[in-house]
Order: sequence, then C-alpha cells, then structure tokens
Amino acid sequence: MSITKKEVEHLANLARLTLSDDEKARLTREMSNIIDFAQKLDETDYDSVKPTMHANAKTNVFREDEIKPSFKASEILQNAPQQDEGCFVVPRTVE
Amino acid sequence: MKYETVVGLEIHAELSTKTKIYCSCENSFGGSENTRCCPVCIGLPGTLPTLNKKVVEYGIKAGLAMNCEIAEYSKQDRKNYFYPDLPKAYQISQFDFPLCEHGFVIIDTENGQKKIGITRIHIEEDAGKFTHDPYRNLSRVDYNRGGVPLIEIVSEPDIRSSAEANAFLEAVRSILKCIGVSDCKMQEGSLRCDVNVSVRPEGQKEFGVRSECKNVNSFSGAVRAIDYERARQIEILESGAEVEQETRRWDDMAGKSFLLRSKEEAHDYRYFPEPDLMPMEISRGWVEEIRESLPELPHEKKARFMAEYGLPEYDSGLISVSDGFSKLLDDTVGCGAAPKEASNWILGEISKEINERCITSDDVPFGGQALAELIALINKGTISGSIAKQIVPDMFESDKSPEEIVKAKGLLQISDEGEIAKIIKEVFEANPKAIEDYKGGKTNVRGFLTGQVMRATKGKANPAVINKQLEIELGKL
Repeated sequence: MSITKKEVEHLANLARLTLSDDEKARLTREMSNIIDFAQKLDETDYDSVKPTMHANAKTNVFREDEIKPSFKASEILQNAPQQDEGCFVVPRTVE
Repeated sequence: MKYETVVGLEIHAELSTKTKIYCSCENSFGGSENTRCCPVCIGLPGTLPTLNKKVVEYGIKAGLAMNCEIAEYSKQDRKNYFYPDLPKAYQISQFDFPLCEHGFVIIDTENGQKKIGITRIHIEEDAGKFTHDPYRNLSRVDYNRGGVPLIEIVSEPDIRSSAEANAFLEAVRSILKCIGVSDCKMQEGSLRCDVNVSVRPEGQKEFGVRSECKNVNSFSGAVRAIDYERARQIEILESGAEVEQETRRWDDMAGKSFLLRSKEEAHDYRYFPEPDLMPMEISRGWVEEIRESLPELPHEKKARFMAEYGLPEYDSGLISVSDGFSKLLDDTVGCGAAPKEASNWILGEISKEINERCITSDDVPFGGQALAELIALINKGTISGSIAKQIVPDMFESDKSPEEIVKAKGLLQISDEGEIAKIIKEVFEANPKAIEDYKGGKTNVRGFLTGQVMRATKGKANPAVINKQLEIELGKL
C-alpha cells in the first residue's frame, strides 16, 4: 500500500469529512491503486517531456475591465441559511 | 550575546482596477453589504471565472517597477482551505508559476542604499470581510471584497531590522502608488502585510527558526511586531530553549503577538492547477509595451531632484515618495520658483497643513502656479514670509490666488520707511522700560522691539525696513 490509513485520515480531516472504519479501509486501498497507477510513469524516461499543466491547450483567455451590474443583495442572500443586516451569518469566527 | 534580526515580508496590495479579478462586479471600497456581488464572486456552483486582463497588466507593471523577470508562462492555482470569508472554500492564487520573479527594490538605510530582493509577485483574489458580533456570538460576512484583485509581493529575507522593514514598506508603497496600480490606503486595508521574523547570533550563517505574524495592518504595526518578535525570540534562546516554527497573530492594541497555529497545525493547502482558468503566455511585446508606459519611478525622481534642482538628498527623498508633492515641485519650479524655496514650502507649511487637515499629499487643492506666485510675492517684497505662512491655510480653503487673498485680507507688506518710523516711535513710547535697558547697554532688546513693531502691524511690516529704521531711531536716543 502506497497510502497509509493515517494519510487518509489527514486528508479526510482537511476535507472536513467524517469516515467510518470501512470507508477508511476502502479509500486507503483505492487511493493506493491510483498512486500505484501513476507510478507507472517512473518506468518511462520522461525527462524531455514538458509537464502538462492544463487539460486544455488554450491560453490567454481574458476579460476586459468593464463594470457590469451586480446582483441585488436580496438575490445574493437568497440561499443564505441565516442572514442579518444584509450579511451572511456564520458561527463566530475569529482567527 | 548579540543577535541579528532577519525579516521577510509578504505584502498584499489591492489593485485599483474597475472590476473584480474574475467577474465584472465593481471593485471599490465601502458601499452597502453584498451589493457588489454576483454568482461568481460568492462561489455558487456552476459559475465560471474569467480573468480580468487589467489585473495581469497591473501585475506585470508592478513586477517591472520592482525589477522582476516577467514569466513567459504563468498559471493560476487553487489554494484550498475552509474559512467562511472564502465562499468557494478555495482561493484562486498562483503557486509554482507566478507572474513575476527575481526582482529587487532599493531602500535608504542609515548605512546608505540597500537592495532588498523580491522573490515573487503573484496575482490572487481577496476574501470577504467579517464583522464580529460579540453579544450574539455570531459573525457577519460581506462579500463585496471577495474577488477584489490582489498582488502578493514576497520579499527575500534580506531585511535586518524593523527600520529597514519600514523603509521597504514605504518604498513599495511609493512605487505602487506612483505606477497607479493601487491606491495603497492602509486605513481601507488596500495594503496589508505578514511579517516573517527570526533571530540568529551575530556572525552565524544559518537562519534561525522563524515565526510568521499575521494581521499586521499598518507600517508602524509592522515595526512594533518585528521588535516584539525579536525580543520574544531572544528571550527564548537566552533561556536555553528553542524557537518554534509557528504562525502568530499580531494584536496591535495589546502590543503583543499570540500563537495561532503551531508547525503541526500548519495549513496544508493542497494547491492544484485551477481547471476553470486557462494558463497565460505573456508575449514579450506586451511586456515591452507595459515597460514603455511606466512613469518616472520614485528613486528616479529623487535622483533628478538632486541633479537638476540641486536639492539636498533629504528633501529629494521626502518629496519623491509622494506623487502629489513631486508634481507640485515640478510645476512650481516650472512656473519660475527656485527649487529649494519650493521644497521648503512643500515640506514646511504645506506638509503641516496637510497633517492638520488629515488629508494626503495628493489632496493639495492648489497647483504649482499658486505656490510659485506665493514665493514671488515674498521675493518682490509684497508680503513678508510670516504673512505668507498665514496665507497657506487660506489657499487650502479657497480657490483664490495668493495675490487675491493678500488683497482681500489687506495683508500687503508695509515697506514705507516713514510709516514704519512712525510705528517705531509709538513702540518706544509704549515701552519705556525697554528703552531704559537699551540705554543701559542691553542691546538685545532690539529683538523685542522688532517683535513689537511686527505685532503692531500684525506681521505686515517689511523686516528689512524695520531693521534699517530701528537702527536710525535707536541712534537718535
């Protein structure tokens, strides 16, 4: 196994996911398979190949700096679970 | 033991583009909460960001002004973390292919000029803004700032004191303002920085373990945070313990930093290429076009003020960091004033007035023509220097020219010898004690008598004429 259960737990924690023991075992196996598959690359000589940074070959897709109307605050807040004074309300967060 | 401080800074500057970085919502400070938002900048699923070309242009411009190499290939990446000011749960930033790298900024230090390396400059989006409600145990989020374009400027650990850090921040601010990519208003949060500090025994080659201080919101705060961290780390080392690598939060009110995250809890951002945005291939033609558009930079202005105007380095330095002052100086000299006289007024009464009014050097309401006229009025003997000082506040209040203000307020200088002689005689009569003292050999009462004549004329008497007439009248005693 190229991925440990501990690494899966770390990733789950970063992604704010709670996993059962069964899920942890399954993900450890599946993620190891993915990594092993990618490691097949090590069998080839790719020194002269440029890494692919993007799946799409297009570059320089820009937008001009022109203002367009924003949405109304009422529309923006439409899906807010809780709102107050025109703002989204979240649990008190101070970092 | 003697310790050396090593500082590196990460400066975030909000760009003054018209729109946000990935959508066409207006980019401006203030306004009602959540009124400059759209599905893109509040991170709704299924939306597609599109990069504002001006952001790339401004990023390149900042890079060129700070002597960076501009990337031929650059891309954007997702920086993943959960925090409610970041609606997508990731910030679009740049990881391994930033827009600009390997630059430098020159700062003035006690020991002359010093080069501070710029590791990189990259573009990214700002997060929303919190207001915390301590009574109801909740926080409110306003996403107007979400998606506002930022550049992050990362310095090399070349800074060796809080004073150098301050000089570097001032230099970066003056450059960004000068090239017009950011208004750099600290009070509006347009310029913020994180401070990395470590200490090492003098002479040691390796860097010490560093801490990173977040939430530094002013230049003076950066100075205080660096001095505090230096003292804290030296105390730890002196006690025989080791400094931990950690992230701390600077509390400027308390004048202290607090532990935010230890090394073990350090963020793991899991950067990966942003699939929604295409990479950039920056043509050399575009880079050269932007280079051509760069205005005269602060350090170039300083050199010109010294060489062409013969101004002292001190004056040149202070004026060159301000666009408003530099323009006022050039225009005043252009209208025929002597550079040193113009500089004295700018750094003297005009600066004083700006501070009292809590405005900036860009907000001086009159131009070089008015200042040149004020200086000419003194040199022609129309008004005295002290009257000229009294006129400066009026120049901030009204759009009248100095000459019009002088006429309207009846402040013309009195240079008539007969009139001044008459006033001197009146002053003698009103101050018999001083005259006795003078006769008794106390010649220093002259100063007092001159002052009395000035007072009697409300400062309008020509000092040279007072001097001459006082000599004559005292001789008659």
